[in-house]
Amino acid sequence: MSARAGRHLWVAQRVTAMFLGVAVLVHLVTIMVAVRGGLTATEILARTQGATLWFAFYAAFALAAGLHGAIGLRNIAMEWLGWRGRGFDFAWLGIGVVTALFGVRAAWGLYVS
Amino acid sequence: MSPDMRGRSHPTYIAFILHRVSGLLLALFLPLHFWALGQAIQGEAALDGFLRWADNPLVKFAEWGLVVLLALHLAGGLRVMALEFLGWRARQKDMVAISAGVAFAAGVLFLLNVG
Amino acid sequence: METVPKGENAQTSLKVRVWRGDAAGGEFREYAVPARENQTVLDVVTQIQREIEPDLAYRFACRVGMCGSCAMEVNGRARWTCRTHVKRVAAPGEALEIRPLANLPVIRDLATDMAPFFDKWARAGGTFQPKDAPDGAVPAEFSVVPPESKQRREADAGIECIGCGVCYASCDIVAWNPDYLGPAAMNRAWTLVNDVRDGARRERLEAVSGDAGCHSCHSTQSCTERCPKNLDPSSAIAGLKRTLFWDSLWGRLR
Repeated sequence: MSARAGRHLWVAQRVTAMFLGVAVLVHLVTIMVAVRGGLTATEILARTQGATLWFAFYAAFALAAGLHGAIGLRNIAMEWLGWRGRGFDFAWLGIGVVTALFGVRAAWGLYVS
Repeated sequence: MSPDMRGRSHPTYIAFILHRVSGLLLALFLPLHFWALGQAIQGEAALDGFLRWADNPLVKFAEWGLVVLLALHLAGGLRVMALEFLGWRARQKDMVAISAGVAFAAGVLFLLNVG
Repeated sequence: METVPKGENAQTSLKVRVWRGDAAGGEFREYAVPARENQTVLDVVTQIQREIEPDLAYRFACRVGMCGSCAMEVNGRARWTCRTHVKRVAAPGEALEIRPLANLPVIRDLATDMAPFFDKWARAGGTFQPKDAPDGAVPAEFSVVPPESKQRREADAGIECIGCGVCYASCDIVAWNPDYLGPAAMNRAWTLVNDVRDGARRERLEAVSGDAGCHSCHSTQSCTERCPKNLDPSSAIAGLKRTLFWDSLWGRLR
């Protein structure tokens, strides 16, 4: 991978990190508020059904997390397992995209069900 | 071969290891989390079934672990970003302590809320 | 020139495990030298070489912390042996363990080949490139650089590096990625990026970019922790990342 591409991955990692920093806080606070007095499906769906803002938030969250995680896994695999090269880079990209799509599917379920 | 830890025991090294290991575990858990949620969210009845399953103590304990991992990773990330984007130097060790504090506080808060 | 040990303490001996071998491999061998009230690790190595093992290979020159040639791993940490008192690294009765610097090829015993370390200084653009005299000639006019300017203070913070290799040997990223430039080379690059007289900013920033450069640093700060001159290469690398981020954003890079 070229030095330029490596730099862009770093930038992507940091930009997603900035968004995730805020998103994780929102997520944690939502969890802490939601788990008070137990979780019910009615309660969760009442918040998310048809709520476009929540869907957009969760979809962006999933995309950022998938990308951020894949770049992190790539770094760890290169450094701790010696897995380097174009083949591995594409594999991590694929894993990141699939992870993100699973997340978007879950968010879509909350939005429409 | 176990690594020689004598030169790897300073606070910032430990902060790095915690950040990396928490990130690794979260990255491995993430697809599972998304996939399971996607399966569960097929209408209110299915979701309620999932939530009842998630009510057993073992799952609760695992969830608590995840929240701590998330808080740890967030705190470690704040340390890295402060160093990289704000150029913090002297306060680095305090930053490690504050990060650990934030993670710990989040864990305790969650525990209190669940209980 | 050996002085006769005096007093009770001087009669006790100090156990020293020294790594002996070459590029093909090696092992620790144990020696006993007189324990003295005041002795540096370099004194101990010299004692072994003069009195017990004449063929022990090691490197030193100034003995006063100026040349940076006597760095070794002492009890698991890279240090200048000339500036390390035995009592600071080993409790009374505890053994000393001395190895060659990590992350560098061993020539023999405690002497490593520093060539990869200095090659990376060159790769990171460690040579000053005068702005108004690209061929390296002396510029016609003197530059005026206010010592209190922000850039000069950034450059000054890292300028005292003498290239001993302690940070390089302490860096795990170097151990994990043999192409990684390492703390010293990038610390040097950061001083030049902040040198207003230098004309190779863009080339240098591109040279320290990517997986083999600053973007692989994870701020473990082992370099900063170990630097015998109390420099902060970790912050220098962070400075390179920051500069590259903004330069990249404003399209000042390829």
